Order: sequence, then C-alpha cells, then structure tokens
Amino acid sequence: MKLKQISIFLENKKGRLKKAINVLSQADINIRALSIADTSEFGILRLIVPQPEEAQKVLEENHFVVKVNEVIAVEVPDKPGGLDGILGVLHDSDTNVEYIYAFVEKNSDNAVVVIRTEDIDEGIKVLEAGNIHVLTSEEVNLL
Amino acid sequence: MIWNKEAECMSSEEKKEIQLNRLKEIVKRAYENVPYYKKRFDEMNLKPEDIQKLEDIEKLPFTTKTDLREAYPFGMFAVADEEIIEVHTSSGTTGKPTVSGYTQKDIDIWSEVMARALSMAGAGKKDKIQNCYGYGLFTGGLGVHYGTQKVGATVIPISAGNTNRQIEIIQDFNTNIITCTPSYALYLAEVLEKQGVDIDKLGLKAGVFGAEMWTEEMRNEIEKRLGIDALNIYGLTEIIGPGVAQECMQKNGLHIFEDHFYPEIIDPKTQETLGEGEKGELVLTTLTREGMPIIRFRTKDITALRREVCDCGRTLVRMDRITGRTDDMMKIRGVIVFPSQIERALLKIEGMEPQYQIIVTRPEYLDELEVQVEASPALFSDEVKHVEEVKRMIEKQIHSEIGLRVNVTLVEPESLPRSEGKAIRVIDKRNFE
Repeated sequence: MKLKQISIFLENKKGRLKKAINVLSQADINIRALSIADTSEFGILRLIVPQPEEAQKVLEENHFVVKVNEVIAVEVPDKPGGLDGILGVLHDSDTNVEYIYAFVEKNSDNAVVVIRTEDIDEGIKVLEAGNIHVLTSEEVNLL
Repeated sequence: MIWNKEAECMSSEEKKEIQLNRLKEIVKRAYENVPYYKKRFDEMNLKPEDIQKLEDIEKLPFTTKTDLREAYPFGMFAVADEEIIEVHTSSGTTGKPTVSGYTQKDIDIWSEVMARALSMAGAGKKDKIQNCYGYGLFTGGLGVHYGTQKVGATVIPISAGNTNRQIEIIQDFNTNIITCTPSYALYLAEVLEKQGVDIDKLGLKAGVFGAEMWTEEMRNEIEKRLGIDALNIYGLTEIIGPGVAQECMQKNGLHIFEDHFYPEIIDPKTQETLGEGEKGELVLTTLTREGMPIIRFRTKDITALRREVCDCGRTLVRMDRITGRTDDMMKIRGVIVFPSQIERALLKIEGMEPQYQIIVTRPEYLDELEVQVEASPALFSDEVKHVEEVKRMIEKQIHSEIGLRVNVTLVEPESLPRSEGKAIRVIDKRNFE
C-alpha cells in the first residue's frame, strides 16, 4: 500500500518553515511525521498528514509550491536492529533508497519508517517478499 | 485593417519624395527656431540647404538624451508658448526627465499614427479598448487614448494599476483590446487563472503591448494564456510617444510610420550608418513635428530594419523587435549580455513562470550573475537531486544562450516583485567606484 506524502519547497529564508507549519495549523491539519531535506539554497519539507489533498490546497492558497507523491510506510519493532532488518531486505535486492525517515508510535512498541525508493511499486514488492508488513494509509493515520 | 492606405502602402519612390521634402522642411525649421540646432549646425558649418538628398541626413548632428536634458524644460521647443497645447515627459528614472511639447498639429499626428497602430490590432468602431497604460505625463495613456478616439472605438481610460478592477471591467464591459506593458499582461493572465476565469468567455481578441522589452517566447505565453493576438508597439516620448512603430497581424517586425519618423540604424560605437538587416542602434528624426522637431535622436534601442514588402500589404519599413538597449546592456566578465537573452532561455523551459530577476554582483574581482526564478510545481520534486537537476538544467539553458555560467536560485512563488508598469529585471550591485 502506498502512502501519500506532501513535499513543500522552502526558500532558505527566515520564517518560511514557521509559515508553512502555521498554515497547516490554521487549517487544523495534524502532522503525523515530518522530515526536512536542506541544501545551502533551499529546503524540502516532507510531511505525512491525514488529509494530504486538503493540506495541498491550503498551502497552495498561501503561495507554496507543493507536490504530492507516494512513499512506503512500514512498521518495525522499536528496538535495536529493527531498521537494519528492513534495510537488509532492500539491500539484498539492490533497491536504492532515495530518503528515509521514521517516527515512534505512542501506543505500541513499534516505529513507523517512511521510505522513498526510486520505484515505489518495486520497493513494495521487495519488502512484502521479505515478509515485512507495509502499512496502509488508514493504518498510519489510526496510529 | 489598414487605417491609411495612401500613407501605409505608398511606393518607395513616392515615399522617398515625401520624406525628402519633409526632411528639408524640418531641418530648416529646427535651424531657424531652435537655438540648440542653430549652434550645432553653425559649429559644423552646416546649412539647411546642404540637405539635397535623403542620404544627406548623415551629415547632420545626432541629438542625445543628454542634449535634451540640458535643454530642460522647454529649450527644444520650436514654436511660441501659445502654440503649445500639451506637454509630456519621459519617466526621468535616469536623471532629469526630458520634456516633449505638442502643438495641435502634433496631437493630430499622434492621433493619426496611433489610429494606424490600433487598426493593425484589428480595432474598429465597435471595439472597446481597455487602456491600462498610465495616464499623466507618461505618453502611454494619452497616446492610446487619442488613437482610440480617432479610430472611433470606445476607450476605457482605466489607467494603470488596481488589477482586480481591471479584471472586473474586462468581464463586465466585454473589453476587446487591451493595452499595457507585456509584463502586466502576464500578471493579468496569472490573476485571471487564479480567479478561475474562463478566458474563452471573455471578449478579448488582441493586445497592444509596449513600453518595455519583451521576447517572442513571452508573446507565445501571453497569446496562449489570454487567448489573444499579442502585438508589439514602439515609441518614445522624445519623438512623440507610442505610435512610432507597430506590428501588424503578420507579427514579423514593427512597421515604422516613416512618413512621420525617419529611421536609421547606426553602429553605436563608430556612429556609422549601417545597411538593411544590420543590427545596431535605432536613430529617429521627426519629419513633421511642429512643437519639437528632433533630428537624429539616438534611441539607444537595438534593432535592425527590413525593407521587403510585408504580406499585410504595407510598404512601410519594418524594424525587428527591440533586442536590447545600449544602456541596459550588461557587461558581465567582459561579455555583453541583455536581459532579453536570459528571458528567452527561461521561457524555453516547460512549466517555467516568466518571472525572473537578474542580480549582478562582484564579490572579489569577478562578476557573478545570479538569476532568480520562481519555483513552480513543474520544476519541483520531493527529491533534492531532482530539484538540483532542474536548477542545473536552467543554468545550462542560460549558459548556452549567453555563453556565461550563471547561478540560478529558485525562490518561492510570487516572491519576485510584480510590476504594473515597467518590470525591473536587473539589479546591479557592483560598485564601480
């Protein structure tokens, strides 16, 4: 199952991150997970939210450049070696990871890992073949 | 639609005869009535009678913006004060403005050439022309105004600014032709899209755009986004205002109304006259102006003249769209660069917003050129490497156009200043002192 992620272009300028987050807060959109890729000139803010379409709409209304794309979410045990196992599966099948980030669940002993592989479908196939449970968007948002 | 067939389609011999007669007359008038010209002619040992054929114009002195500025405000007028019925000035962004004085006959000439220009855009009596050029000392507003009235169309004298109002009027009045700067036309398109207006439901059919430089790519963009024919108009306050030249529907160069304005192309460095098709600085002589005859005015605009007869039937000489100005020409690491070249490169890229700003700096001893462009969904991705690829692709595109490496910076949408008049494209931060 693929999960929708929204990416936001941020200029390296004071207050831009805050502005983007504030727009979501005003729209009452909860952020499930977040990561920032930063370069010397710009940043890409990536978010998992329960309502990606709604988030895109309010951000665009506030003149942000937004892209919605798909990523993979998997659940791993929140203990040493949890992530290593998943990366091992991907490594063994020569699947390249573009980026990855994780968040810890409050109500269980698991962590959720968000993975972006070059080819998402291929990534899912490999993970499932390695007996790793790929989360649906409902599962992620219910956590 | 040809407004004045007799004037716009005359034979080359006929035209030359009229031009020569008018040239002789205006040189005589300038010599006898404008102390500045008398002095210049006397210094060069020239008499009005030295003009015997059209080529003799090359003997005459040039008039520069500095000359006009020194005559500020009314030193170049050739008639008594009571004959002058209107004045206009240039914007004065580079110093004291230059003043142009008009007699009734000058206003009639202006109305006539503007009527010809608007007719080229298909204006007829039934059309409504929304004039978004600024009214006032700037010639854009009143020039279009007079031309519209001469044609017998309806002028909507809305002037510049207040974009929401402009859009409301376009829809409510069912405007057919719009006149403004090309950068403002794009801005209007952007706002219309944002408001979700269906352009097919608008009455707009053509636009007459000028007062700043633009490119063929920008024309395509405007035509596509506004669903109109976008035509180029040229003029300058020192000569008369808008209406010196205008593009017809062939969109293949601007017809100069050469029965009133005599064009030459010179090499800006050597000041030698260049031949047909050669690129250089446009020099204009007013052939009929009463209030302020101007001889061989150096426009600083770079273009070339083409004499082959246009498919529209007009025999008037055509000038290429202006590709630069001798004074907004940037010299970056010794290489000559015009903002229009960068614009051309940018607009070749799919999904690129035609908003950009060029920043020139000299951090140490070498010039650096930064081009800021607005990020758009088409250029953006969730992956850093893709965004950086896009950035490099834009840099490469500009490099192949100007031959220099530049640094492209993506900025957030709508963060570059929008202009309601002339867009400011270049910020030169170099300190030459």
